[in-house]
Amino acid sequence: MSRTITVGISDLNIAQAPDVLVTYALGSCVGICLYDANIKLAGLAHIMLPSVSQAPSSAHQPFKFADTAIELLIRKMEAAGGRRVLLKAKIAGGAQMFSGLSNSSIANIGQRNTQAVKMELMRQRIPIIAEDTGKDYGRTLFLTADDGMMRIKSASKGEWVW
Amino acid sequence: MKNLDDLNDIQLDVLREIGNIGSGNAASALSTMLDRPVDISVPKVMVLDYNTVTESLGGPEELLVGLLLSLSGDVTGMIMFLLHKDFAHMMINTLTGMDLENVGDLDEFSSSAIREVGNIMAASYVNAIASLTGLNINISPPDLCVDMVGAILSVPAIYFANIGDKIIFIQDEFDKKANDNKTSSHILMIPEMDSLAKIMTNLGLEL
Repeated sequence: MSRTITVGISDLNIAQAPDVLVTYALGSCVGICLYDANIKLAGLAHIMLPSVSQAPSSAHQPFKFADTAIELLIRKMEAAGGRRVLLKAKIAGGAQMFSGLSNSSIANIGQRNTQAVKMELMRQRIPIIAEDTGKDYGRTLFLTADDGMMRIKSASKGEWVW
Repeated sequence: MKNLDDLNDIQLDVLREIGNIGSGNAASALSTMLDRPVDISVPKVMVLDYNTVTESLGGPEELLVGLLLSLSGDVTGMIMFLLHKDFAHMMINTLTGMDLENVGDLDEFSSSAIREVGNIMAASYVNAIASLTGLNINISPPDLCVDMVGAILSVPAIYFANIGDKIIFIQDEFDKKANDNKTSSHILMIPEMDSLAKIMTNLGLEL
């Protein structure tokens, strides 16, 4: 029996086969899947903002930011026996939910989140092998630890497997 | 006051009352437009971390119609309407005379009808608070999105995540059917910390 482990907003977790990680309704947030195929270890982070360096000190929960969350997820996977050099990434989310937002602090936030995630993964030398980002709809993400497949479900646009 | 958890009972009561007056006005504007009664609940004031926000609104994958307006002037923050599909259907049918099959396929005309309703409701809500507090509050044109509630709420959540680790909601449910949590619609008023302080001060309370 596989368990389903839910990853909340600004949260992260890992799972070993046969378990499944899920994060619901990614909007402008980005879900980052990391997978070590050698030991069937999966990790998933759900970030809200690009970088801890742009945030005031009152808001430093580290799982919230692309840069800090990815680093912590890698360390958590290493602690569970994963190897950094074997990790492959799949990412999803970063949509623009509202088209007319003029408020500058969150205009294009989906795009900026996606960009920040890619930068951090590049810095960590983790290749991105699949990407389902941007556009204007929410996504629920399932990551199967058994095979590293990322399944994306939307409210009205259908389902895909990456 | 730095921390939202530090709000005391009197302050929470004041926020509930603000929600009450604001959404009471918004609901009566809506009721006039639709020419039918619109029930409204006693508002809840919730200080939540982001993880628990969507659970409080019926689960993250619930398909809702979201209308988002930014507040500017003396009070900054957001007002958000989350309309249940059935309610949005009824609204479009009443206002435009069109019978929509699926709220996912809103055309230009029906979405601008929904936006206009949001505009009028938000203006009624905000005017009530403005005249109560003597503060100047402006609203932006409403922005519309039909999707999973979690995805819709990621936008205000991200906006407030920039400022702090928690978010405060003044939440009202309207048009709730008895014993059925799924069919209600919500008005959310999400003020920024500084604005909360201004509202309190203008009402003669220390924050």
